[in-house]
Amino acid sequence: MAQSTEGTGGLAFDKKKRTWPNELNIFIALLIIIAIFETLGQTLPYMNDQSFLFDTRDRFDSIFNEARLRIIILQVSIIGIIALGVTQVIISGGIDLSSGPLVGATAMIAMSFAQTELVNGGLNPKAVFGPWAFDLPVLIPVIVALAFGALIGAINGSLIAFTRIPPFIATLGMFLICRGIAQAWTRGKPVSFPTEGYAGLGSGMMPVYWFLGLAVVFHFILKYTVYGKHTYAIGSNEDAARMSGINVQKHKVMVYVIASMLAAFAAVILSSKNLTAQSGMGIFYELYAIAMAVIGGVSLTGGRGSVIGTVLGAMVFGVIQSGFTYVKLDAYFQLMAMGIIIISAVVLDKVRQERAASRR
Amino acid sequence: MSEDTRETILETRGLTKHYGGVHALNDADFALAKGEHVAIMGDNGAGKSTFVRQITGVEQRTSGTIIFDGKEVHFKGPIDSREAGIETVFQTLALADDLDVPDNLFLGREITKFNWLGPFRLLDYKAMRKATLEGLERTAVKIPNIRNTIQNMSGGQRQCVAIARTATFSSKLTIMDEPTAALGVQETAQVENIIRTLKDNGEPLILVSHNMRQVFDLVDRIIVFRRGRIVANLKKEDTDGQDVVAYITGAKTGAEYAGAA
Repeated sequence: MAQSTEGTGGLAFDKKKRTWPNELNIFIALLIIIAIFETLGQTLPYMNDQSFLFDTRDRFDSIFNEARLRIIILQVSIIGIIALGVTQVIISGGIDLSSGPLVGATAMIAMSFAQTELVNGGLNPKAVFGPWAFDLPVLIPVIVALAFGALIGAINGSLIAFTRIPPFIATLGMFLICRGIAQAWTRGKPVSFPTEGYAGLGSGMMPVYWFLGLAVVFHFILKYTVYGKHTYAIGSNEDAARMSGINVQKHKVMVYVIASMLAAFAAVILSSKNLTAQSGMGIFYELYAIAMAVIGGVSLTGGRGSVIGTVLGAMVFGVIQSGFTYVKLDAYFQLMAMGIIIISAVVLDKVRQERAASRR
Repeated sequence: MSEDTRETILETRGLTKHYGGVHALNDADFALAKGEHVAIMGDNGAGKSTFVRQITGVEQRTSGTIIFDGKEVHFKGPIDSREAGIETVFQTLALADDLDVPDNLFLGREITKFNWLGPFRLLDYKAMRKATLEGLERTAVKIPNIRNTIQNMSGGQRQCVAIARTATFSSKLTIMDEPTAALGVQETAQVENIIRTLKDNGEPLILVSHNMRQVFDLVDRIIVFRRGRIVANLKKEDTDGQDVVAYITGAKTGAEYAGAA
């Protein structure tokens, strides 16, 4: 159908004509999921009368069950920080599988520079380095972590941009390398007893503040800066981006560097929160981060998605996880259910896109 | 008005491109006056696109000279040529589907604020929207809503957006590589209208096309390529379709290009 554009309206910029934002769909989905768990809680025979998200027993000075809300958001905020980076990678048309093991490796390395000298009056039993590395200012482990993240990201990005190997392969290789680094760093022994300053980075609700703060920053960056616009452009049509004069290779390296630095920062927060670093930290995090982004409407084909979507995706993720526990679904089945939900999210997104395409 | 009295905007001398042993383009001497519309015709593989790619810097020429706007130029890439003022509308649409009209027009040369922020400098959406509307107006392109993503537009609208870049950036030369090859009748008419608008505005154009009717409708002069060489340089008034076909197929060769066949 050859659709003429002549006479079809003027040139005005019409705010009302903007399309229905995808983020609203995810928000509605979030509300529906909450409603489902709430209903299940009221109807399942083995449940007591406790509500899922509301404060029905007047334990708190609010209408919500604050304890559960806190746990939900605390639970997702560290992986959420990784998801912010993964969002950018996927929008640029790539994928990053190395973020989980990178968390493990970075946690080990950063924690080694954050150890305190005296533990219960004796020398730190988990000391990695000599006395020079004790009680360093908190900035040093953070800088070491970010630098390590930047290095891994630069390798990922350079491999993908210059050798043109698929991002899946490059980051899969890095996945193994990073897990190897995490294990080789101390031959598998955990690194513990951080300084007070380091422990403060991720204590209490700090991970949530970091997550939401970084989300605001990257929402702004993706939406209102040249970096963000080029990220969308490359994911949308790499050839067009190149022809338009965007240095695609340089930009890709930058995207992977930022993503890995975010994962490294998540490692700092995680090891600080747990007061220890172990080589097995961050298992499945890369997949959960991708899942959050995908549930949040970030398209794996690139070019589409947003930080708001990913934050909402993280909330959906947290609510589902918490909801499964709430309805006492066996932990063994939770992974399966999560898998089904991720697949459904992508299928729904595809259906929605195809319907939008047929409408034009 | 004879073209000789007008200033030349683009000239190539002995432009040559070899891909290994393949001589895709040989000794192309070409000149385009300001305000002139020229068509490049020829069979597939005759060297039309190769010629365009050398001018726009998409590829590096083997030898020869390109003089643009009075200066000899050495474009290292399409960005260089665009910055110099050559706007190219490619056969395959160089548009990002998920971005809207202003984003696409300004892709790679955004209007920004706070430039000291480097890659994180801010986009000036308002200024880009304004310039987009002005550019669309100048080319008489009508798009229902410029905030829609390109993805939801018809082929004609997309091509119009690509062409509107020219007007938005008031380029010195427009090159179109088969702009209507993938379009329907109505959409083709729309693109042709835009080309006429360019003509009225005195903006020079190189049009690569297979469409004989379109060429005779729109341009002043026809250059025919065959087997990597220019074989004819014909004023529209002095020729007709059959004549041009004869040159394209090799039945005829221009007197001044006798050595070329």
